[in-house]
Amino acid sequence: MRRFFLLFVILSSSSWGAIDAYEFRTPVEEIRFHELTAELRCPKCQNQNIADSDAPIAKDLRREVHRLLIQGAADSEIIDFMVTRYGEFVLYRPQINSQTWLLWYGPYVVLGFGAIVILLIVYTRKANRRVQPGARQYELTPEERARLNALLEKDNKE
Amino acid sequence: MRKGVRKGLVFLPLVIFFGLGFFLWKGLSLDPRELPSALIDRPMPAFELPSLTDPARSLTVADLKGEIALVNVWATWCPTCKEEHAFLNELAEQGVVIYGINYKDEPVKATSWLQRYLNPYKEVILDKEGSLGLDLGVYGAPETYIIDAQGTIRYRHVGAVDANVWTDLRAIMEQVNGAGA
Repeated sequence: MRRFFLLFVILSSSSWGAIDAYEFRTPVEEIRFHELTAELRCPKCQNQNIADSDAPIAKDLRREVHRLLIQGAADSEIIDFMVTRYGEFVLYRPQINSQTWLLWYGPYVVLGFGAIVILLIVYTRKANRRVQPGARQYELTPEERARLNALLEKDNKE
Repeated sequence: MRKGVRKGLVFLPLVIFFGLGFFLWKGLSLDPRELPSALIDRPMPAFELPSLTDPARSLTVADLKGEIALVNVWATWCPTCKEEHAFLNELAEQGVVIYGINYKDEPVKATSWLQRYLNPYKEVILDKEGSLGLDLGVYGAPETYIIDAQGTIRYRHVGAVDANVWTDLRAIMEQVNGAGA
């Protein structure tokens, strides 16, 4: 009975899941396969890469990546193959061009802007502090000093 | 002057808030599943595949050229294809040229489907392995493309074609026809 059950498990299609067996000639090829399938986005289930996705289209794309790898295509050729068919959408790391420039460098621009604002605030505060000690060193005129002394003396007598 | 600038800065967070609010609100009505085709204004990919109705005959891009047409990707395993099928029949009756791509399907099932629900297609390309689908960037049936007389892809719609979608498609087809004439 147990043997029968085991046979059933092996034969049932669900136990095969999304694991497809691919043969690679070299370990490097296998690493490249895993890197590429992790970099490519599944067009159907949009928040998964094709390595993780169970969708039939992801399976097809994995098979294509494998086929191209075996044919000796370079990584960039495989990426281009996918982009010409599915558009820039399939790239988790969009290529740098006029449309994606803001996406790539926008954060650095914002960071630079923030740095300038902080520097300006620090600078103006420092400048203000430099003025204030000068104001405290205000020298009394002889008349003022005489008046001050008179007041102090008056205070002491009382 | 400086004070004026300072006072203006007070409203900056409010402006940023409304700016962000606008874009997020706008995003609610966008469908992220609608991807633009990478093949717009590019020729239909070359293929040589059998006809579903007559497997001995093979079809190529040349068979799709000649007049503006719809290319509909469908399969019997796709419930939405069944939904739109009656409407495609209606369009065919009106004289719209529709080519079908039977995508990753079983020919026997596909043939009986067409017998049962009628055949709106001028030709049905049998893409059993999904190779043409891959070249087209198909990621889910049904998809409907507009191709012009020269076989250039002009538009792609993902999802069922209904009366609403057809209004858009017809406008695009008329525009393409107008530009071509």
